[in-house]
Amino acid sequence: MSFPWAKQYEPKHPLMRFLDEKLPMPRLVYNAIGSGYPVPRNLNYMWNFGVLAGFCLMLQIVTGVVLAMHYAANTQVAFGTTEHIMRDVNWGWMMRYMHANGASAFFVVVYLHIFRGFYYSSYKAPREMVWLLGVVIFLLMMATAFMGYVLPWGQMSFWGAKVITGLFGALPVVGEPIQIWLLGGYAPDNAALNRFFSLHFLLPFVIAAVVILHIWALHIPGSSNPTGVEVKSESDTIPFHPYYTAKDGFGLGVFLILYFAMVFFLPNYLGHPDNYIEANPISTPAHIVPEWYFWPFYAILRAFTADIFFGLIPAKLMGVLAMFSAILCWFFLPWLDKGPVRSGHYRPLFRKFFWFGLIPTMLVLFYCGGAPAEEPYVMLSQLATAYYFLHFLVILPIISSIEKPEPLPYSITEAVLGKDEAAQLGDSADTAK
Amino acid sequence: MADTTGTVQPETADIGEDGVRRRDFINIAAIAAAGTGGVVTLLPLISQMAPSADVLAASTTEVDISKIEPGQAIKALFRRQPLFVRNLTPKEIAEADAVPMSELRDPQTLEERTKPGKTNWLITMGVCTHLGCTPLGAGPGEDRGPYGGYFCPCHGSAYDTAARIRKGPAPTNLEVPEYEFTSDTVVKVG
Amino acid sequence: MIRIFGILAGLFFSLSVLWAFISGAIAVAPVLGEYGQFTEPMADKVFHEKHPPALHLQSDGPFGTWDLAQLQRGFQVYKEVCAACHSLKFVAFRDLEELGYDKGQVKTIAAGFQVPGVDPNTGEATTRPGMPTDYFPSPYPNETAAKAANNNAVPPDLSLMAKARHGGPAYIHAILTGYGPEPEALKQQFPDFKVPSTGHYNKYFPSLAIAMPPPLTAEGQVSYAEGQPKPTIEQMSTDVSAFLEWTAEPKKVKRTQTGWPVLGFLLFATILAYLAKKQVWAALKPKKKHTA
Repeated sequence: MSFPWAKQYEPKHPLMRFLDEKLPMPRLVYNAIGSGYPVPRNLNYMWNFGVLAGFCLMLQIVTGVVLAMHYAANTQVAFGTTEHIMRDVNWGWMMRYMHANGASAFFVVVYLHIFRGFYYSSYKAPREMVWLLGVVIFLLMMATAFMGYVLPWGQMSFWGAKVITGLFGALPVVGEPIQIWLLGGYAPDNAALNRFFSLHFLLPFVIAAVVILHIWALHIPGSSNPTGVEVKSESDTIPFHPYYTAKDGFGLGVFLILYFAMVFFLPNYLGHPDNYIEANPISTPAHIVPEWYFWPFYAILRAFTADIFFGLIPAKLMGVLAMFSAILCWFFLPWLDKGPVRSGHYRPLFRKFFWFGLIPTMLVLFYCGGAPAEEPYVMLSQLATAYYFLHFLVILPIISSIEKPEPLPYSITEAVLGKDEAAQLGDSADTAK
Repeated sequence: MADTTGTVQPETADIGEDGVRRRDFINIAAIAAAGTGGVVTLLPLISQMAPSADVLAASTTEVDISKIEPGQAIKALFRRQPLFVRNLTPKEIAEADAVPMSELRDPQTLEERTKPGKTNWLITMGVCTHLGCTPLGAGPGEDRGPYGGYFCPCHGSAYDTAARIRKGPAPTNLEVPEYEFTSDTVVKVG
Repeated sequence: MIRIFGILAGLFFSLSVLWAFISGAIAVAPVLGEYGQFTEPMADKVFHEKHPPALHLQSDGPFGTWDLAQLQRGFQVYKEVCAACHSLKFVAFRDLEELGYDKGQVKTIAAGFQVPGVDPNTGEATTRPGMPTDYFPSPYPNETAAKAANNNAVPPDLSLMAKARHGGPAYIHAILTGYGPEPEALKQQFPDFKVPSTGHYNKYFPSLAIAMPPPLTAEGQVSYAEGQPKPTIEQMSTDVSAFLEWTAEPKKVKRTQTGWPVLGFLLFATILAYLAKKQVWAALKPKKKHTA
């Protein structure tokens, strides 16, 4: 679907006309990210991260396929082939650093994309499906990133694999058999490494498929925008191309500068020295921490230090449940936050809880997740975890019913151009019937 | 009037006297830069598939030839490819020398293909020059083909006792690698 | 309905974690007191120097280059001292050409090492002189032998040491120069602290007792070529740390040198992209003169 004023694809060249008749691929692109897709005219730079996330996915797939040409998923040689890539393969060092830092870049972009969604309540009707698919993508990304980190078979790879599969061991009765089944053994070994490689290769393509659904679902209602006011007329929108292709192009340039600065000058900054030590099943590193993008959820996992209901739910299980619930609760956001107004710009109470509640909480969780499991970090993460669940599951439902939103602009055009201009375009509260 | 703010057609909107040219220039330059970046990115992606440094690093192989009787041959491995080392009998040498150059597809004498004074040591790659199979004739009991040298079973290329192509689709003689005799009994290849 | 369940679930998780917080606080308060009373801080918490002193190498930073003379000296230290116990398994002799040795010198160096081989006549495992394509051999035939020869402490492979420790080459340099007698203050504060008989006091090692005996003990232990700096312990430690920085990432300088043109190009392209974006969006700006 699109707005009735969306431009129609009109191939001029005979070849394009032929193609359009037989396989309307150019038409698809034209309507998806070309001039045929009308987009609100007021998107700010926070709306760049969707395109950037798509770029990161492609970057990871390309560099990943290259690395897979030189890597061997066997515990005897995995670490060695990784070093072979770093030392002997032409440009191998660059490919590997691009892939490792690309994972971090992907998560930076996706976190910003998600928090854009939180602030502007992009999850609200009619875009629930876009949001649900987005959470699915995030979960798939986490699984893919985790399995990818195991592949170099360093110390952190090995112990990460052991600890993360150990999470499933927390489930009552079925836990341990599930862990053994996941690993194909009692500890991470060749069986685990091989299946992780296989799945690490497969999942990005699954992600790509869900991304297509995500974009498809987005194109039905069209993009949201910073005012949260739905598109009312033609003057509210501009074609995606050339306006947003140009804007995304600039955003991509800025992203690439930051990304390549990391790749070339600080490639190991986000990594951990222990992963340059080959996996050793009889010696655990002093500090095992996951990669930074897992830190908030790792902090939530570790926050549950006491058994609940007099031992009915052991702390270990509670931590695992909470960690998964921390993401799963995002699935219900469209129905938890029911208020009619979307944008945080016009929601005074919501805005306060966002900037002074959620954001500091996330920063604390990020920090504590990367810190050792000592005081004061455990207690800090306990408080932050409590707020985290309160925010999404208690505060949002309540404020969405009691909040008095600030007055909204009549239309996007009015928000951008002011009342007078909009009135001249016949697109303002004054001229509306 | 509406087209100045609403549905703007980039081609027609905002045409100034000198505006068009400058704007086009910047857009073209930006697209060209993106294209250049994309093309340059392809170079490492292509070159990563070329042999890596450890593969390129030329290794050498030493072969002990003391146990090869006249008329026998052995196969060794040199840079991951088969190497034939053959001790020719005087009869085989004579056969090779008797062939007129005009009969050869890739004219070379046995002398040119061996070291002076060591004409009986025929050292060649065991890689058929047609499509890369390993010809028969070096292993014990293998078919040496109609010319008594090597015979490739894949597509029927027949080599003579100087490992020169005589019949079949192969275009050139079996390749003679670089080698030297480090002693009477040891050959260093590569 | 979802909202009611949501609120219940949210309260459940929040209260559970607050319960953990409170029981933790109750548990920790007296324990903290107990720690104060009964549990002495460990000697290694007090006397371990966490931050190695800064080490400045020519390869540091975004404009770094290799100091080939220093790398050659460092290689000499590795060859004459470290190689007795430590392998360097990801480095091949051919890689030494990057240190400024020519092919002939590399051949000679390689031939000076015995690498595992197979006797062509008997098929038995044996050794043969190394070739440029070989990798640095391990001084021990296997891990068990390495353990047996070193009181169960396997000397780690050094190829990646400069990337496998916080601080990198500075840490290596600190360990090599951090040996010494236990300080008096430590003996007074922790009379029970004892370096095990197989260990050696080193203030930069996390447990303060490192299994490796001081490898560089005397000036001139390695004799440097004419015209090179005096082989003091400090100099040899710095040189071998620089060498191990190279073995850990031989492509480091190539990496930073590739980085600058890439960033320069991207900056240029991004400025163009910004100008292009402005041009494209200029068409949207309301034109007063048109509408007036």
